[in-house]
This record gives sequence, structure tokens and C-alpha cells, in this order.
Amino acid sequence: MVERAKFLTGLTKRIIPCLDVKDGRVVKGINFLDLKDTGDPVKTAAFYSKEGADEVVFLDITASVEKRQAFLDVVIKTAEQVFIPLTVGGGIRNISDIRQLLKSGADKVSINTAAIENPTLIKEASEEFGSQCIVVAIDAKLVHSPQSIVHSKKKKWEVYAYGGRKPVGLDAVEWAKKAERSGAGEILLTSMDMDGTTAGYDLKLTKAISETVNIPVIASGGAGDLEHLYEALTTGRADAVLAASIFHYGKYSIREAKEYLKDRGIPVRI
Amino acid sequence: MIAIIDYGMGNLKSVSKAFQMVGAQAKVTDNPNDLSDAKAVVLPGVGAFARAMANLTELDILPAITRIIKDGKPFLGICLGLQLLFTESEEHGTHRGLDILKGKVKRFDLQLKTPHMGWNEVKIKSPQSTVHSPQLFEDIADNSYFYFVHTYYVDPDDKGIIIGTTKYGKDFASAVNKDNIWGVQFHPEKSSELGLKFLENFCKLC
Repeated sequence: MVERAKFLTGLTKRIIPCLDVKDGRVVKGINFLDLKDTGDPVKTAAFYSKEGADEVVFLDITASVEKRQAFLDVVIKTAEQVFIPLTVGGGIRNISDIRQLLKSGADKVSINTAAIENPTLIKEASEEFGSQCIVVAIDAKLVHSPQSIVHSKKKKWEVYAYGGRKPVGLDAVEWAKKAERSGAGEILLTSMDMDGTTAGYDLKLTKAISETVNIPVIASGGAGDLEHLYEALTTGRADAVLAASIFHYGKYSIREAKEYLKDRGIPVRI
Repeated sequence: MIAIIDYGMGNLKSVSKAFQMVGAQAKVTDNPNDLSDAKAVVLPGVGAFARAMANLTELDILPAITRIIKDGKPFLGICLGLQLLFTESEEHGTHRGLDILKGKVKRFDLQLKTPHMGWNEVKIKSPQSTVHSPQLFEDIADNSYFYFVHTYYVDPDDKGIIIGTTKYGKDFASAVNKDNIWGVQFHPEKSSELGLKFLENFCKLC
């Protein structure tokens, strides 16, 4: 573990709304299954930017390859109108997919399954485009096996691929370390146990990974209240928090979230 | 026309879109003639220092860059484009830069999370060397937030060229100016309204 408290910095914690995009439209996945249409991604991203979002993430959950163009069009239009960083993910398989998305105007790409199946992709991509634009997304789930409890008091989380459908037998903390070594510039960490519950982020998972790697960690999955954002950034030691439904359904505005965090002593850009 | 040098390093499109947004005509180009025709030149870029130098050399655009800077044309380096202006970088070994500004490109303390990624404050200083130059920070409040993403920072020999500093572990030079040369470590094209204001101010130099 690295002791960072002694370092002075004016760097703020980032609040990042995430839009799930299917066939060029915004949807919000609840536990990756139940989907509801909530609008135009370009307009939504512009709205969030105006409200003070620090970045925007688009996850393309379009199933068919033929409809990928709709997503690229969304990225192109967003980059023309929104002047905050845009991260895109979903369905990225290789270097040429990454190049296409970056050329379309994405600032960072988030790689999940392809990085698991081919870890050299992280290295190749970071060498080609720079670590700063390579985000490795990790979907992790707590391991409940009695064996792991007997052998270790520490919790363990397993990595899942294919949008959380397939366990791949990797320990999430180890995988995060490997991703960093391979050249990832950031980790987007989603707790599958908490995703869609609105009961808060998995703080133990977030803390375990954020303390292990020396690259920024974005906490994701479970935000239901502003307190949850605060917890992820303090107890969880995350550098950024990603949330979807609490912003999409108007429960809180980005500004309200930032004012709340500021009042509680978290450095945020307002 | 503002020429944005295309040398295969990073997101040039957002730089050109941002200039268009503030009403400037921008052209992404790797043609030295365009640099001569342009009213101002921007060297953007993200990625590795050595590779960037290799690309610039291969495109044979270095003489044109040096010439237009000497001619006094407004020049803006962004992020890696700022770092390339300096003497040398310690990124993966020691690599020579353009040496237009004297100084080194250094890595952040290993204990700090890198990249230094996100929004951080820029403390604005008056340039000592060019007191009468128009200010790129005009109408931008001191300690405003800009978006950063980098692991290395510039350490100019002449501290007088530093016009903005940012705190990450320690204070580093986040904006420099010497005569017609401007450089920023942050990404104005990704820094929302204030970033656009900054680019608009740069356009006013032309």
C-alpha cells in the first residue's frame, strides 16, 4: 500500500455520469437486464457537461456489429459539442476498434472482455495511443465459497467478462495490478453485487483495488444516494465516482452532488 | 486559419472542434506550407515523447516549426505539445526535444498516482519576460479548474517563463509563455467553458 496522504494536491475528485447506449439511444441497465429508454446521448452528454460533470462515459451495449455505426455517429456528434473528456466502452475487440473510436472523438476507451481474453491488447494499445486513453473496466463479484473464508479472512472478488455473464477465474485485485503493469491508465471498477441496487458502492472492493494500484480508480455500481458518492471517495479511496440512475432520473443534479461533496470536505470542481 | 499540427499523436479532432466552437478557422495538417500560411500554429498531442519526436522528424516538419516560431507567429503547445518544446525528456530514457525552450521534462514522484488525471487548479502568474503580451488567461479567474492528463511535467530553466502553476505533490509549471510561444500542460479543448475561453484568447493574438 502506498501512503499518499502526505502529498499536497489540488486535484479534484471526479463525478462521472455514465450513459448506456443501445442503437444510438440512452438506456440504463438495472443489473444488466431490465432496460429503459431515457433519451438522446448527445443532448444528455451536453446537458451533463453544462451541469458540471467532470467527464462523461458512454457504454455501447448494442448487440449487433452492424449497428455499431450508430454508436460511432453518437461519439462523433458528442465530440463536436461537448468539451469535457469522453470515455467510451462496450464491444471493443482490438486495436482497430480503439483507433476508430479515438478518431471519432473519444478521449479514452474502456476495455473489458477483450483485455481479459488478450491481455497483450492493453500493452499494444497503450504503446500505440498512450496509457492515458486506455481504461481497463473490471466487473467484479464477491466470492462466497466457504473455502475462501477458511483460507483467508480477506475478501476476494472474481472478475466477470461478457457484460457480467461469464466468470473468468481471475482475482479482481490481481487483475487490476496486471492491467496497470500492462499499461492501463485508469481502472473503471464495477461491483456486480451492488450494481443496480442503489444501496451504495462496494467500499471494500473499491478500497482494495484503489490501494493496490497506482493509477486512478473510478468506482461504479450501486450509487443510490449522495452519501454513497462520499463513501466511495473517502472509505473506498476512489479517485472518481461513476453513477447513472441517480442522475438520469433526476433524483439529484450533478451540481447538487458536487455541492453536497464540497460541504463534506471533498475537493470538487464547482 | 489556425494550423493544428497532425503528427499522429492523439485527439486532434477535439482541438480543431474546440477552435471552431470559438469561431476560429482551424485546419488539421501535416503540411509545412500550411504552417507558413497559418496565422497561428498549435502543437497538440498526447502519448509518448520519443515517438512524438520520431513522428515529427519523419514528417520533416521540424524546420517549419522552428521557422514559424522564429518569425514570431503565435504558437501554442498543448500537453505533449508543450513538453516537446523543451530541451529533453526523461520519459523512458533520455530523449532530445525541440530545445526551443530550455529545460527538462520530468516524471512525477513515483508515489503519486499517475497519470495526474482530472481537474486541477491553475494559479495564474504574470509573465515576467513578456509583460506587455496579451494574456491568454484574460477573463479567467485565478485558481480556475482545467483538465489534466499526464505523467510528466516541464521544469523550465528560466522560471520567469512560468505563467501558471498547479499543485500535484508539488507546484509544477502548468502554463508557460516566452514571446510568441505559449504552452499549457492542461487540455483547454477538454476544459469546458474556461478552456474554450482560453482558446478564444489565443485566437485574439492572431
